[in-house]
Amino acid sequence: MSLFDYTLRELQEKLHSKEISVTDLVEESYKRIEEVDEEVQAFITLNKEAAKAKAAELDQERGSANAELFGLPIGVKDNIVTKGLRTTAGSQFLSNFEDPLYDATVVNKLNDAKSVTIGKLNMDEFAMGSSNENSSYAAARNPWNTDYVPGGSSGGSAAAVAAGEVPYSLGSDTGGSIRQPAAYCGVVGLKPTYGRVSRFGLIAFASSLDQIGPITRNVEDNAFLLETIAGHDKMDSTSADVDVPKYTESLTGDVKGLKIGVPKEYLAEGVAPEVKEAVQAALNEYEKMGATWEEVSLPHSKYALSTYYLLSSSEASANLARFDGVRYGNRAEDAESMLDMFKRSRAEGFGDEVKRRIMLGTFALSSGYYDAYYKKAQQVRTLIKNDFEKVFEDYDVIVGPTTPTPAFKVGDKVDDPMTMYANDILTIPVNLAGVPGISIPCGFSAEGLPIGLQIIGKHFDEATVYRAAHAFEQATDYHKQRPSLGGARS
Amino acid sequence: MSRISKEEVKHVANLARLAITDEEATTFTKQLDDIITYAEQLNELDTTGVEPTTHVLDLKNVMRKDEPKKWITQDDALKNAPDKQDGQFKVPSVLE
Repeated sequence: MSLFDYTLRELQEKLHSKEISVTDLVEESYKRIEEVDEEVQAFITLNKEAAKAKAAELDQERGSANAELFGLPIGVKDNIVTKGLRTTAGSQFLSNFEDPLYDATVVNKLNDAKSVTIGKLNMDEFAMGSSNENSSYAAARNPWNTDYVPGGSSGGSAAAVAAGEVPYSLGSDTGGSIRQPAAYCGVVGLKPTYGRVSRFGLIAFASSLDQIGPITRNVEDNAFLLETIAGHDKMDSTSADVDVPKYTESLTGDVKGLKIGVPKEYLAEGVAPEVKEAVQAALNEYEKMGATWEEVSLPHSKYALSTYYLLSSSEASANLARFDGVRYGNRAEDAESMLDMFKRSRAEGFGDEVKRRIMLGTFALSSGYYDAYYKKAQQVRTLIKNDFEKVFEDYDVIVGPTTPTPAFKVGDKVDDPMTMYANDILTIPVNLAGVPGISIPCGFSAEGLPIGLQIIGKHFDEATVYRAAHAFEQATDYHKQRPSLGGARS
Repeated sequence: MSRISKEEVKHVANLARLAITDEEATTFTKQLDDIITYAEQLNELDTTGVEPTTHVLDLKNVMRKDEPKKWITQDDALKNAPDKQDGQFKVPSVLE
């Protein structure tokens, strides 16, 4: 068995009692990376020397120190800026961005909590994608079957945890980028309420939708990590000044009387029969535990995909204007003029999906089209948000599948943007409404690929989401299954 | 009927400061047209009088004092620059 089969709390106890050292944990991580990462490709950049030095340093304090994440090795998605550690956002454009000047607020918090950063995790370029195939580096693979995608955009973050390379990681979620790969890789991933976690130092894709969140092997670890990274930050004026509860204290195992709404749109046509069955089995489990569920409706769900692509691409077209080849990143050679330099630096540095979305966004914001596309999408966003508010008047959580199907094969959808986008149809509405959502393992397909259950809560009510997720986890053992990659694990 | 022409794609690419070849413009026109055509489903909805959502939380403008503070040094700022000279970012000629 791997050290990472223990929970984060158990690992800390072992560190505290000196049964293991921080160096043991860090070595375990790099050993596993050495064994499997050539196949999984979860990491873009490793932080080996610095991590080992930090482990040795922390081992001196072991037993006395009492920081939240003391000595625990973590992987960080590569769109989260790390001072002095290369940060590429999965893009060729930033392949030479070796020396970022500051740490993102979440990284500062991890450092204050004394965790050890193992490396930077693979992702679709600038977080645009659902399969990791848009990474400018070798695409990450699904540890359950490496012919399949790990999902995206936080594919590396989910795959690394599933493959036992790190016990936990950070991802980011704009339209499902934490929950979808967590579902595909059989791990636990939470997108917090918009504003719950600071976005300072997150390379912006769509600023009104982006959130950083934890990916872990179990719900308790996830709650534990969110406690550390959540909270108001004066460096991000969109972060909310709302108290951060002790999420781990909400894990009571008790869901008696919990009112679950199940949107009929989330079990409609297009959702695979085996996914529907797994969700139905989960609802039966909740009933056994004393919760109740009823069918509800989120009537504007079918408009979420269009709304999302118009809004997120519009925001991206503005956010990605900063990549101009002047201050950092790619610079085209022998440019004739400044304009020529901008255009060719960007054309060389960006992949096709990023170009497509920048152009879509530029079009939607351009003179003559703004009202028809951008403003219209903002209005429909209001309708989608109202759908959720209405259901939450009568229900505590909303439950459904995370994705319509389990993971698909590498190469299957890469040529057709619209089919690729459809993977996110059940996660996107959650970002548009700004509410929190988690994906937890709830079964396996006939092919042995994980299926994810999505639990959605009210604004800033991660505690109830965690309570519901944890109770299900206690009643089942899906989260204890491990992929057999690189030698079977006990 | 196509929603976006190849000429418009070239125009948009120019606005977005992206160099694209004629061949790329053809591919992007088809793909963008598919996406925009799909997105026109939003017109099924009557949104008269619906307030647009720009931000999901009930946040108003967050103000702070405009005060100088220490952030990064000039050397730091230039550290990742593709080209620099005499403490400044160097770029090709701005004027034609």
